Amino acid sequence: MAEAHSPRESRHVGTEAIVPLSEKAQALQTLVKEAFAEFSHEVGASLDLVQVTVAPDMLVPLCQTAKDDPRLDFKLILLLTAVDYKDRFQMVYHLQSLTREWTLVVKADLPYEDPHVPSVTSVWRGADWYEREMHELFGVVFDGHPNLAPLLLWEGFEGYPGRKSYPFYDYQEW
Amino acid sequence: MAEPTRQDLDELETVEIKVNMGPQHPSTHGVFRMVLTIDGEKIVDCVPHIGYLHRGSEKVAEGEQFHQVVTLFDRLDYLANFNNELVYCMAVEKVMGLQAPERAQYIRVLLSELQRIASHFLLVSSFGLDTGALTPGLYAFRGRERILMLFEAVSGARMMHNYFHIGGVKDDLPEDFDKRLGELLPILKFDIEECDKLLSFNEVFLARTRGVGVIDTATAIDYGMTGCGLRATGLAYDVRKAQPYSSYEKFDFDIPTGQHGDCWDRYWMRVQEMYQSLRIVEQAWKQMPKGPVNAIGRRLLRPPKGEAYVRAENPRGEIGVYLVTDGTDKPYRLKVRPPSYCNLVALQHMLKNQYLADCVVIFGSLDIVLGEVDR
Repeated sequence: MAEAHSPRESRHVGTEAIVPLSEKAQALQTLVKEAFAEFSHEVGASLDLVQVTVAPDMLVPLCQTAKDDPRLDFKLILLLTAVDYKDRFQMVYHLQSLTREWTLVVKADLPYEDPHVPSVTSVWRGADWYEREMHELFGVVFDGHPNLAPLLLWEGFEGYPGRKSYPFYDYQEW
Repeated sequence: MAEPTRQDLDELETVEIKVNMGPQHPSTHGVFRMVLTIDGEKIVDCVPHIGYLHRGSEKVAEGEQFHQVVTLFDRLDYLANFNNELVYCMAVEKVMGLQAPERAQYIRVLLSELQRIASHFLLVSSFGLDTGALTPGLYAFRGRERILMLFEAVSGARMMHNYFHIGGVKDDLPEDFDKRLGELLPILKFDIEECDKLLSFNEVFLARTRGVGVIDTATAIDYGMTGCGLRATGLAYDVRKAQPYSSYEKFDFDIPTGQHGDCWDRYWMRVQEMYQSLRIVEQAWKQMPKGPVNAIGRRLLRPPKGEAYVRAENPRGEIGVYLVTDGTDKPYRLKVRPPSYCNLVALQHMLKNQYLADCVVIFGSLDIVLGEVDR
């Protein structure tokens, strides 16, 4: 298992397309390169979806562009999640355009110690509960979130049960 | 204690008070609590509290083998088990680059659509109860029970089926399935019409639901609302049409849309969808090809390293599954986009400036399942 999650290798999880991108996705790829020209980013593919990797501090302006640019029109946030890769956290945002009918995956890597990422609740209000959930399960701090109160767990719960290091399977059957 | 004087009464001020609703309230369809701040009869603010049913399904899935996770998905949205199994199986199949055989796809569509009707029957029932109509609820449950009896014949269980497997379905349909479905469909159509006639245009029901809890398209999208809630605002968006999966492109059906985005529209979408689902069931049944029902025929899987995101249309809205695999026999990370969860975020917005008495109606019209919200 140890070598499977070495930083170098896990960095390539999903970055190489297994299936060839559809024509529509390729068009989106070129469009994304053009629209996000002012932000430092990397365009790739997550299986059959177009993927953009960006530094955390560029996240909010990039998301705002993705939402407001009429060519992209990503008005709906489908999913916001964090993935624990044991050496870093990866924030994964799935955005959807209901008019153009395409999906974009935005990714940002955070350090494992003291992970901070700007909140995107100002862009999509639907991100509110997702961010609260990721905060309590993974300990990721969303700067600028209006209320990071616990959502699923009870008050006073200690630890971050979403993380791989959390002793989840060490409990005995009752 | 002395009688209050005139001066004391003059000093009294209007204050906002907080009312706790739930988690054991019968109208919360599970265990959901909200703290409402009310000014007289009007709701000023609503703070929802969820998590009473949190079982950590996503974390549990990281310790289960791929075929075992199907049972966890049964228990997320416990009113739409087949639809949930379908989206998970599609996610693993996508990572593996696998396609279910055509017959399996048709069986999946047929059962998912029957499940959608069963789920919407329950909405008619519970929403009727929320507005004070008991009778349609009993009729709707009768129709739902008929579908569940067919499910029992197919999968051996009324609710937690574990029937869709990765690469297809567990087993072929039973021998008497054609006969049973042929008998069921006309009765089902009658049942839907019966519920529809009993409730939809009832004067009291209209008075309680028309113009209540209105949300417009742009706000609904901003909050991540999908499914019937979004279609009720007038946007004809359905994943089954927009990005067809599991052979949905081969079936002819319409997307019903509303006009006002109020509670009645949201209810009406469900009733209309039941008729459309019936159309799909009939087509899938008539056109069902012969052939194998499972592409791999084994349960232990080691999908290649990768990740996938799949979308599907559940009775409650758009469900999504984000799956990260690392080449072992267990998922590395699994994340569900639960439709009820996203629809519930919009509740705060919809309750603002509404009457306290309408709170239950607005909440009921969202048709949430707490098992899915809390996971």
